[in-house]
Amino acid sequence: MSIQTIPVYADERATGTTGATKRRDESRSGWGLTAPFLIFYVLFLVGPTVYGIVMSFFNSSLEHSGLGGFAGPDNYTQALTSSDFWQSMWHTVLFTLMTTPPLVAIALLLAIFTDRLARGRWFFRLIFFAPYVVPSAAMALIWTWLYTPQIGLWDSWLSAVGISNPPNWLADPSWAMASVALATVWWTLGFNFVLYLAGLQEIPRNLYEAAAVDGASRWHQMRRITIPLLNRTTALVLVLQIIASLKIFDQIFLMTSGGPNYSTRPLLEYVYDIGFTDFRTGYAAAASMLYFLLILAVSLVWFFVSRHQQKGA
Amino acid sequence: MTAITAGRRRAAAHAGKRTTDWRARYFNWFCAGVLLVFAAIWVIPLLWALDTSLKPDAVIAAQPTSWWSGAWTLHAYQLLFNLGNIQTWYLNSFIIALLSAVFAVVACSMAGFAIARTRFTGRRVIYGLIAAGLLIPPQVLIVPMFNEFNFAHLLNTYWVQVLPAVAVPIAVVIFVAFFNGIPDELAQAARVDGASWWRIYRRIYMPLSKPAISAVFIFTFVWKWNDFLWPLLTLTNTRIMTLPVGLSQVSSAFGIMYAEIMASAVLGALPLIVVFLLFQRQIVEGIATTGIK
Repeated sequence: MSIQTIPVYADERATGTTGATKRRDESRSGWGLTAPFLIFYVLFLVGPTVYGIVMSFFNSSLEHSGLGGFAGPDNYTQALTSSDFWQSMWHTVLFTLMTTPPLVAIALLLAIFTDRLARGRWFFRLIFFAPYVVPSAAMALIWTWLYTPQIGLWDSWLSAVGISNPPNWLADPSWAMASVALATVWWTLGFNFVLYLAGLQEIPRNLYEAAAVDGASRWHQMRRITIPLLNRTTALVLVLQIIASLKIFDQIFLMTSGGPNYSTRPLLEYVYDIGFTDFRTGYAAAASMLYFLLILAVSLVWFFVSRHQQKGA
Repeated sequence: MTAITAGRRRAAAHAGKRTTDWRARYFNWFCAGVLLVFAAIWVIPLLWALDTSLKPDAVIAAQPTSWWSGAWTLHAYQLLFNLGNIQTWYLNSFIIALLSAVFAVVACSMAGFAIARTRFTGRRVIYGLIAAGLLIPPQVLIVPMFNEFNFAHLLNTYWVQVLPAVAVPIAVVIFVAFFNGIPDELAQAARVDGASWWRIYRRIYMPLSKPAISAVFIFTFVWKWNDFLWPLLTLTNTRIMTLPVGLSQVSSAFGIMYAEIMASAVLGALPLIVVFLLFQRQIVEGIATTGIK
């Protein structure tokens, strides 16, 4: 994901008539090749971004065409003083806090263990990654069935070990979010696992051999060699995971619909509700922008940290 | 005397090596054991879904949590296929994912080539603009984008899914990085021979870029196949729905017919699991080198 700088060519500043025509031709070809992408980019990314910012300052609604009346910063002040907005923001953050540590730590542990195996790595890669390609809707159907009170598989296991009165996982406000988070760990762990396996491949084997000769135990090798050398992979995994978790919508929408009693509704569902149920698109655009700032902050922190790391390396 | 100490020392070193060997072996067994436990936990939800889908509803009602049913049946799958929606959703998802992946590869590789190899004026600004796009998650654009497609009367069409999936900043970044790794001399030599830039892109650089092409193709395909929020908003007609959106409707339609619900989950999960089995190496390498999520 690192962005390469483009070199400046020596003859870019070259003068002379043949050079100039060649340069003009090259420039025209370059723009021609970039044009298809740019058209789509402007229409479906730059355009909507600008339009979204503009909308957020108007009383736009799906019920009437056009932008509606100018609202100034009203949408923003309303969002920032709305308890529903802050609640859904908190649910988004809570979900991120609940899913990120296990998704990073378990993936790291399992990848280190898998990397030690002499054979059969492909098997574990297959098992752990397979859920990641399952569509959210299929995953939600399966986990809702697993969580079904009394007749679900989890409750039957719990009663087998003597817990006869478990909570109603998805319908209990104090358990619903944790239940969705657990399902998410199962669903997306494989992605981080694969990133860690790739990071482990780059650690030279002879480092371990040297450490073994010096009498370092496996545990020491893991703590002193493997984990420190994976720092950059961990930084990448961490930021990708935080951003992915902040985008939570599918699982919660499908498994709890944001309930019970809005106790799990994430920010994207809040935007969805006010924009497409209440039709207040101006206000929804403002809430989206505030949400965007949160994600942008995470990306920028990562950008500066990784630049700092690169300078240090 | 010296000979004896040397011998003893060697023996001690040997014994030390043997104990680390033993410790290493125990540690490896421990790792394998932990992995197997996790692997078991990881396959159970999928196996349980498959198991449930193959049982008659009456058996599920009587013994909902028993793994073994005497009467296996494909009845649930038959019912789903007879309803006919799932075939339509498969087809819609396939067309949308395929068109998105093809368009994304073509548009993003062309732009990536132009930025990496031709020195057109303004390319630095353009690349900066594209890189800035990396920071914008598509989810924050749903409201203005919905208005845009609503205005263009393109809701409930394939285009509302395909068009926003063509210009993906990360794909351009991947292509630029990949093309930068191919020696510039190839392009320069072809220029001297009078080849056009389009020809250099098409005949020299693209054939050398299979890893980048397959990474971008696979990820756009999987992303669009599994995409949920945007299709949920923009495809409300059952005939045009994608598989994930269609699946989200079935649980309410089937109520407590768990075999049917699980059969649809299995059918939803199956295609990409098969694709993953076939292209495991490319997919894993693609993730490892690009980190697209």
